[in-house]
Order: sequence, then structure tokens, then C-alpha cells
Amino acid sequence: MTPVSLTVDGVAKEFNRRSIFRDVSFSLRSGESLAVTGRNGSGKSTLVKIICGLLSPTRGSLAYVVDGKPIEVDALKDHIGLVSPYLQMYDEFTGLENLEVLSRIRADHDITAALIADALRNVGLWDRRNDFVRTYSSGMKQRLKYAFAMLHRPEVLILDEPTSNLDAEGIVMVERCVKEQSSRGMLIVATNDSDEATWCSQRVVLGGERK
Amino acid sequence: MSVSSTFALVRKDVHSEFRTRYALNALVMFVVVAVATILFALRSDQPTSSVLAGLYWVVVFFTAMSGLSRTFVSEEERGTTMTLQLVAMPSTVYFAKLIFNTVLTFSLTIAVTILYMTVFSDTFVIQSMSTFLVTVILGSLGFASASTIIAAIVAKANTRATLYPVLSFPILVVLLMTVMSATTKALDGEPFEGAVGDFQILAGYILAMTAGSYLLFEYVWKD
Repeated sequence: MTPVSLTVDGVAKEFNRRSIFRDVSFSLRSGESLAVTGRNGSGKSTLVKIICGLLSPTRGSLAYVVDGKPIEVDALKDHIGLVSPYLQMYDEFTGLENLEVLSRIRADHDITAALIADALRNVGLWDRRNDFVRTYSSGMKQRLKYAFAMLHRPEVLILDEPTSNLDAEGIVMVERCVKEQSSRGMLIVATNDSDEATWCSQRVVLGGERK
Repeated sequence: MSVSSTFALVRKDVHSEFRTRYALNALVMFVVVAVATILFALRSDQPTSSVLAGLYWVVVFFTAMSGLSRTFVSEEERGTTMTLQLVAMPSTVYFAKLIFNTVLTFSLTIAVTILYMTVFSDTFVIQSMSTFLVTVILGSLGFASASTIIAAIVAKANTRATLYPVLSFPILVVLLMTVMSATTKALDGEPFEGAVGDFQILAGYILAMTAGSYLLFEYVWKD
């Protein structure tokens, strides 16, 4: 397991002077996990985007350290895997093409055809690998997002509404991913589901206290 | 910025374009309609080389306005912007989109040239091919360098369709005047040396626009 740590210090976000959340602080290390919970509109997805480096905080700071070295926001892409409802795959490509194309853009030369095949088998999409994503159901698209997020074996896996659109078999697949991630690095789950929150050892309640 | 990553993104965009025809259909239709309208308007008139050069770049400008913004707008509309942000650095995305738009604009100018030479075979005669080729290459690069950053900006706005040409025109006016002047010289058969001043302006424009866009892009691309 590559040692990784994340320190979030006094992070706040405002949109057009409207405060979404303020003074969010926590720290996590490899093997630890955090559930971000809160009512609708409390800013869970916004916090997830900030943690992924997709949004800048209005105030406060984040610091990632991987293998003893601080990681700049631009280099975060190599260490983070994200599954979320607002993340979309390319409809005009097949499931297999999506993973191949995105791996090439990521310029991760460790990702081989065998790894891509394994990722598709793990999420149950191997038989539909050559179908265009536009023909996938919402559950299959969610599974493809897991294949994309886990493919480069990230040190930090972030799941926003992890089981949305998934059937019982899909939820088992997510639990397997969560277990796998616990042995590989850090896990952050943003959810309203109390069962999903129990996957994590720590919790941040937006608009409330850390438990 | 990784070169392999940049070209992987260009490849993705080309592949995606041939499958979805997001920009291609708009460009082809606009070129055909615009050239046909000019043909009907001019009928049997014998326009001067400066009028023809102006009309040539008017077609290129408005066609480019209808197609080039798609590089970012299509990512935004399909919700794949965030996916790209997760796999590529901002500089990689900028240069990939710039290369894609340059190739698209260059192909567009070639298509417009062939159409013009066919439709206005008596009047649109390129007498200095070297001047014309350099003008078209630098003009395509200039168009792409300006329109790529403007496309990235308007992709975040709600009124994309109207905002794009409105924002582009004042930024492209220097480029348009210069390429029109150089094209007139190519049609009139002036020696290559006569257009060197125009080429210097175009090169300066491309450098300034690309450098400025590179510095600005990260702020536009994120948040």
C-alpha cells in the first residue's frame, strides 16, 4: 500500500456570496475512510469536487501527501478515482473504447489491455464491452464509472452516491470495490444512505459535527 | 503537459467528431449555403480581387463561428468536462483542442478554396500560390488560437450561440483584415516579399493569442 494522507483545513465554499458550507476540517491516512453526510443541498458533492481538485475552495486549504511527497492539484488525477452522478462517459464510444481512450489521455502506460479487460469483468460489463454507451442502462453506466475509477488503482477512491441506479448485484460489486480500496488506500463516500455511511470509519456531517 | 496525452485527446476528438458529426455537419452546411448565396448575389458581376478575398474570409469566419465552439460546448453539454478534468491537465486539454480546431479550420479553408475556384473559376484565380498557402496556414492557426479560448469561455455561458460570434469579432478583426490583405495580394499575383509584413503580423497575433490563452485557460477550464 502506497502511504497517502489528506489534510483538509478550514475549507469553506461560497457561490455568489451564498455560503454552502464553512470551516470543514479533517485528516485521513491510508487504510482510513470517511463518510460525508448531510441533508440535500448541504454541499456534499461540492466538497467532493473540492477534494478531487475540480473546484477551488473559497477559503481553507487541502494537502495531499503521497509516498512522503506533497502532490500538486494538477497531479491529483494520477492518484484519485471518482464515481459520481455528474461524471459522464462518452456516449459515442463503446464501454471498452471509453476505458482505452481515457487511459491513453491519462498517459498511464501501466494500464494494459488485460487490466482493462479485468476492470470490465469486475463490474460485469465484459459481455457488453463492444456496445455503445448510449445503449447502456443507467445502472450499466454507473458500473462503467466504477471500472473507470478503479482502473488506474488510485490511492484515493471517492464515491458520491455510490449505489445510485444499481441493482442488488451492483451493490455487492460496490461493496467489493470498497473492501478492495480499504486495503489499497483511502476511501471517501458522500451519501445520504445510513447503510453506506457505515462502510467508513469516520464521518463528517455537513451542517453538523464530525462523529 | 504530456505530448502523448495531448495527441490521445486529439485522436479522441477526431474519432468522436466522425461518429457524432457535431461540428462537421454544421461546417459543411454553412459553407455550401454561404457560397451559394454569394454566387446568387454576384451573378454575372466581375468582383475585384479585394472583394473576393473579403467574401472568402467572411465565409471562413462565419463558418468557423458555427463549428469551432463545438469542441468545448459538446463536452459541456454531454457532461464530460469533468471526466476530462480527471484524466488530463488543463494545458493538455488546451493544446489538444487548439490542434483539433487548427486542423478543422485548415480543412475548412481548403474546402472553401476548392468551392471558390470551382464556382468563381473566372475571377478567383490564385496567381501567387506560395503567398496564398502561407496565408491560409497562418490564418487557420490564428483563427484556431483565438476561437479555442473563446469557445472555452462561452461553453460555460448560457447564451452560447449568440455570445460566440459577438465575443470573437473584436478579437479576430485584426486577423481578418490581415488575411484579407494577404489574400488580395495572392490573387493579384504580387511577389511573396510583398506579403511578408502581413505574415509578420499574423505570426505575432498567433504567438500573443496562444501565450495569453495558455495562461488564461486553467482559470476558464476549472470553476
